[in-house]
Amino acid sequence: MSAPSLGKDLVGLEPLSADQLRLILDTAEPFKEVSERPIKKVPALRGKTIVNLFFEASTRTRISFEFAEKRLSADTVNVAASGSSVSKGETLVDTAKNLEAMRIDMVVIRHGSSGAAQFLGQRIASNVINAGDGKHEHPTQGLLDLLTLRDNFKRIEGLKVAICGDVLHSRVARSNIWGLTRLGAEVGVCGPPTLLPRDVRELGVTILPRIEDAIAWADALNVLRLQLERMQAGFIPSLREYNRVFGVTRERLERAPKELLILHPGPMNRGVEIDSDVADGEHSVILPQVTNGVAVRMAVLYLLAGGRPGPGQAAAGGDAA
Amino acid sequence: MTIRTPLLDERAIARALVRMASEIVERCGGTEHLVLVGIQRRGVELALRLKRLIDGVERSDVPWGKLDITLYRDDLQMIGPRPVVGETSLPDIDDRAVVIVDDVLYTGRTVRAALDEVTDFGRPRRILLCVLVDRGGRELPIQADVVGTTVSLTATDRVDVLVSELDGRDAVELARAPA
Repeated sequence: MSAPSLGKDLVGLEPLSADQLRLILDTAEPFKEVSERPIKKVPALRGKTIVNLFFEASTRTRISFEFAEKRLSADTVNVAASGSSVSKGETLVDTAKNLEAMRIDMVVIRHGSSGAAQFLGQRIASNVINAGDGKHEHPTQGLLDLLTLRDNFKRIEGLKVAICGDVLHSRVARSNIWGLTRLGAEVGVCGPPTLLPRDVRELGVTILPRIEDAIAWADALNVLRLQLERMQAGFIPSLREYNRVFGVTRERLERAPKELLILHPGPMNRGVEIDSDVADGEHSVILPQVTNGVAVRMAVLYLLAGGRPGPGQAAAGGDAA
Repeated sequence: MTIRTPLLDERAIARALVRMASEIVERCGGTEHLVLVGIQRRGVELALRLKRLIDGVERSDVPWGKLDITLYRDDLQMIGPRPVVGETSLPDIDDRAVVIVDDVLYTGRTVRAALDEVTDFGRPRRILLCVLVDRGGRELPIQADVVGTTVSLTATDRVDVLVSELDGRDAVELARAPA
């Protein structure tokens, strides 16, 4: 039995095969139940040391990783860029090498520069997990979106998923596009032309010019946040106009031929890209996404941490242990 | 090419299970506090059969559950992760007599992991171990309370328990590499 493994690092969903994606999603299933137990903890990663290295602000992702690590019994340390030696001019690799000198096993990194996770993974022996790098990828968010879609539709293949909003600045969009297309879904993108990457068609997606087109076409909408902090100027005339033209509102959804599942990676700008009665409505799975995030991250940590069997140490038969 | 020798056939398994079911009830003083917990995967099927046998005689509805011990194993680093982790679902086990059911007892490491996992779900009054085959070769001080059959085998031998729900037929077979 040679099951697919993940290798050393999780940098993005682009390099993963359909089998590897399914392995992570299938492994995440039983981890959902662990978070429902009276003692929300299993000893699988006992003795592992994990550093959460966050160079950008994050609440949801950092806490989700930390819960995932703690529920697998790993020891964790959080390092934020502000208040650390990074603010004194230390390079990323020096920071990581110093951490490695303290004998760590894994690094979870969020960084403002695209490619930071891969760069680090090539330079240190520890497992590296990308928790978002610039405008490149946010693989665990992509995975939890896949898991949430699969929970609701019981399949990914053949689904039509429209990614709406600020696709240009979104690493979530890129991870979604890679993961969804690899598993056989159709992906559409919808947003102002200034917020769509110039060559987005080359990723194999359909461009839906108006939000009404996206709503009419899709089985599920993944509504992205306007990343105001990454915009210099001039991408949209105003937030109010954006809401009027591209906002996902109940009135627009009521005109759709079928009921749509609504996803949002958070944090939401209520009244901008999504209205409150949609975000809190019966077809919203925004909170189940957050719950699935912990399970998916547990699966990734578990698969990467144990994925280095030594030579000649294969299992000695099913009942050996 | 391994040589396969039958140890128990379908009828012998059925007889063993009937005896084991009555031993369980006897040891637990009835079914009032009894909970059966099968270890994934074949232990689950055996637990379910024992439940049906006990329920048939005692007119009870014994609570039962499934346990996957993968995340409690002590050899993650040695053999790598088992990609397919099965379902764990347990009924209330506080102050109950929990009978852990597995197909084969060998090193005892699976049972050690199961004891850790069960006690993370609550505090049973007592825990018993029930196995269809005890093949010897323990690496931990663990023993079974209710046993279908006992065989003494070497480390290169393997015992395969087949159940009709998963394998299409009931059998216990010894798989031995030719000398």
